[in-house]
Amino acid sequence: MEKPGRTMLAKIWEQHVVTRISEDTDLLHIDRHLLHDLGGSRGLLDLKGRGLKVHSPELTFATPDHAISTAQGRAGTSKIGLELLASLRVETSASGIQLFDVDQPGQGIVHVIGPELGLSLPGCTIVCGDSHTCTHGGLGALAFGIGSSELTHVLATQVLIQRRPRTMRVRFEGKLPLGVTAKDLILALIGRVGAAGGTGYAVEYAGSAIRGLSIEGRLTVCNLSIELGAKMGMVAPDEKTFEFLRGRPYAPQGEMWDRAVSAWRQLPSDPDAIFDKEVVIDVEKIIPQVTWGISPEHVIGIDGYIPDPQMVDDPARRAAIETALDYMGLKGGMPIAGTPVDWVFIGSCTNSRMSDLRAAAEIARGRKVAAGVRAWIVPGSENVKREAIAEGLDKVFIEAGFEWREPGCSMCLAANGETVGPGQRSVSTSNRNFVGRQGPRARTHLASPASAAAAAIAGAIADVRTMGR
Amino acid sequence: MPKPFDKLTANAAPIMRTNIDTDVIIRIERLVGNSIRGTLGKWAFGSLRYLPDGSENPAFILNREPYRQAEILVTGPNFGCGSSREGAVWSLQEMGIRAIIGSGFGDIFFANCFQNGILPIVVDKAIVDSLAADIEATQGAGKVSIDLEAQTIVSPSGKRHTFEIDPRRREGLLQGLDEVALTLQRDNEIRAFQSADRAVRPWIHFAGKSA
Repeated sequence: MEKPGRTMLAKIWEQHVVTRISEDTDLLHIDRHLLHDLGGSRGLLDLKGRGLKVHSPELTFATPDHAISTAQGRAGTSKIGLELLASLRVETSASGIQLFDVDQPGQGIVHVIGPELGLSLPGCTIVCGDSHTCTHGGLGALAFGIGSSELTHVLATQVLIQRRPRTMRVRFEGKLPLGVTAKDLILALIGRVGAAGGTGYAVEYAGSAIRGLSIEGRLTVCNLSIELGAKMGMVAPDEKTFEFLRGRPYAPQGEMWDRAVSAWRQLPSDPDAIFDKEVVIDVEKIIPQVTWGISPEHVIGIDGYIPDPQMVDDPARRAAIETALDYMGLKGGMPIAGTPVDWVFIGSCTNSRMSDLRAAAEIARGRKVAAGVRAWIVPGSENVKREAIAEGLDKVFIEAGFEWREPGCSMCLAANGETVGPGQRSVSTSNRNFVGRQGPRARTHLASPASAAAAAIAGAIADVRTMGR
Repeated sequence: MPKPFDKLTANAAPIMRTNIDTDVIIRIERLVGNSIRGTLGKWAFGSLRYLPDGSENPAFILNREPYRQAEILVTGPNFGCGSSREGAVWSLQEMGIRAIIGSGFGDIFFANCFQNGILPIVVDKAIVDSLAADIEATQGAGKVSIDLEAQTIVSPSGKRHTFEIDPRRREGLLQGLDEVALTLQRDNEIRAFQSADRAVRPWIHFAGKSA
C-alpha cells in the first residue's frame, strides 16, 4: 500500500520532533522565540530566579510593542511601561538576546517585524507569549501563542511539549468581489464556523483566493485564526512567499537561500493529504464585513441588519444577543451601516502593514475625517512607518484629519493607556471586539482598513464600496 | 512548581455565558508589570463583578453566598477563548478556583491551567448543563466532588459523571510536576537535535549571519 499524503502541518511537525513524549505528544524544537515588553523580561527574570540560563539566545529576539506609548516621542508611556522597557533592555542584553529597540529599524509589533525582517520563515516553528503568533503562519511557518509558563520553558530549553492538533483545511475559492479584503474573508469564516469552530485544530488556508492574496493579506488571514479558536493557522509557501522573503535582513542569502527555497518547496500538503475537517467558502458571495457584538463571531455583511433577539427561538442564543446588544448600545433589527462612531483605529498585528495603510489612504485621500471622530493611524513597525512616510502616506492621512502615530500595539489591547472612552464606539482594524478590549465599556466594531477609513470619513459605519474611486 | 491536584470537594458556581474571553477574566492593565502575582484575585471577572462605580455587582454569581466560596467553576462553551495571558489563570487561582468544568476551552487557556495546577475538565454540554442545574437546585450549597485519579465528577444530587483527560496531563497534575525540570533532563537530546539540524537547516541557526 502506498503511504498516504502528508499535510504541511505533519511535515513541519515531524521535522521538529526532538523526542516522542507519548502517543500523541512530542517534544518540539522551537526555531524562533519572540519576546515583547509585556512578558519578555518577566520570563527572563523567572528564569534567573530558577538559576537557569537562556538555552538558545541566538534563536530568541525581542522588541517593545505592547506597553509603550505610540504618541510622538513616545510621550506618555506609563511609569510601569517605562520600567518594563528598561527591564527588557537589561535582561535581553544580559542574556545575549537581540533587541530591536524603540526608534530603530526592526522595532514594531512583534508579529509585524518577524516577517518583515525575515526572522519568520517557511517551515519554522515560532512561538511568542501572544495569541496572535498564528500570524506568522502566513509564510508557511508553524507559529502559535504560549502562556508565561511555556515561555519560561522555551527560554530554558528551546523546546515545548505539544500535543499534535487535529487538522482543518479551509478553502477560499473564487475571485474577491469589490471592496472585499483578507480581513473580510477571515471575518466571514469566523461568522460561519463560530469562535470555537477551530478549537483543537491547526488550520491550513488554501484555495484560489488565498493563492491570489499578497503575503500581507495571508498574514492578516492567519492572524485571526485564534479568533476562530485555532491557535495555529498557516498558508503553504509559494513563489510569492519566496519573493517576499528574498533579501530580507535575517533571511538566508546566497547559496543558503537556494538550499532553503528547495526545502521550502517540499512543505505544501500533498495532494492526497487528508484533513480531519474541511470547509469551503465561496468568496464571491462575501461582501465587506463588520462586527456588531462582543465576539468576532458576531459579524455581518455591511448591508446587513443587527440580529433581532425577538426573532431568535433558542433562549440561550437570544440571551447572548441581548447581552451583546446591551453592551454595544445597539438595537436589534436595525441596519449596521449608518451607526455613528466616535473613534477609528487603523493598526494592530492584523492590519498595520504597508498594504493596509495604502488601502486606508486610498479612501482618505482628498477627504476629511468627519467632525467629532478621532481617527488614529498606528503603523505596525518602524520600517512600515518610514516606508509610508517615504510614499507620502503620512501626509495623506494628516491632511484628511487622521493622527499619525509611532509603531506599537496601541489601542488594539489598550495596555499602554491608549483607550476608547466608556460608552464610545470605535471601528477598529484589530482582532478583538471583546467586552472592554479597547478600554472599560468601549464598544468595538472590527473591519478592514478600507472600511475603517470609510467610517472615519462618514462618521458612521459605512459601505466602502460606495466610496471607491 | 504547581501544587498537586488529586481530589476536591467544594462549592461550585455556574457561569454559563458562551465565549467568556480572557479579557473578561482579567483586564490587560492589571497585567502590566513584573510584580503582578498575588494582586490579581480581586480583579478576576472585573467587568462582571463590579459596577462602573467600583462597587460589587450583586447580580454577578460570585458576589453571592455561597457561590462566593466556590473553588469550582462550571462554564459555558469556549470559556477562556482569546488571548494567551496566563494572568487569566492566575487571577482565577488567586480568587480560590482550583478546577473548571466546561464543554470546551480556549486552547491556550486550557494549557495554561495545567501549568498552574488548575484542572480544566472537558465534558459534553449535556453534562455541564445537568451539573449547573444540580448546583442551582441547591442554591449553590451543594458540593461538587472531583476525583482526578478516578476521573469522576459527582454532582450535588449524587449523579456521577466520568471524564477523559490526557494521561500525561493527569500525571503532571497528580504529582505537581515541574515541566522545565523534567525537560532539562533531556538536554542532551535537545542539543543533539540542534547539532544535527544545523547541518540540515543552517538558515534557522545562523539567522543574519549568512550575509
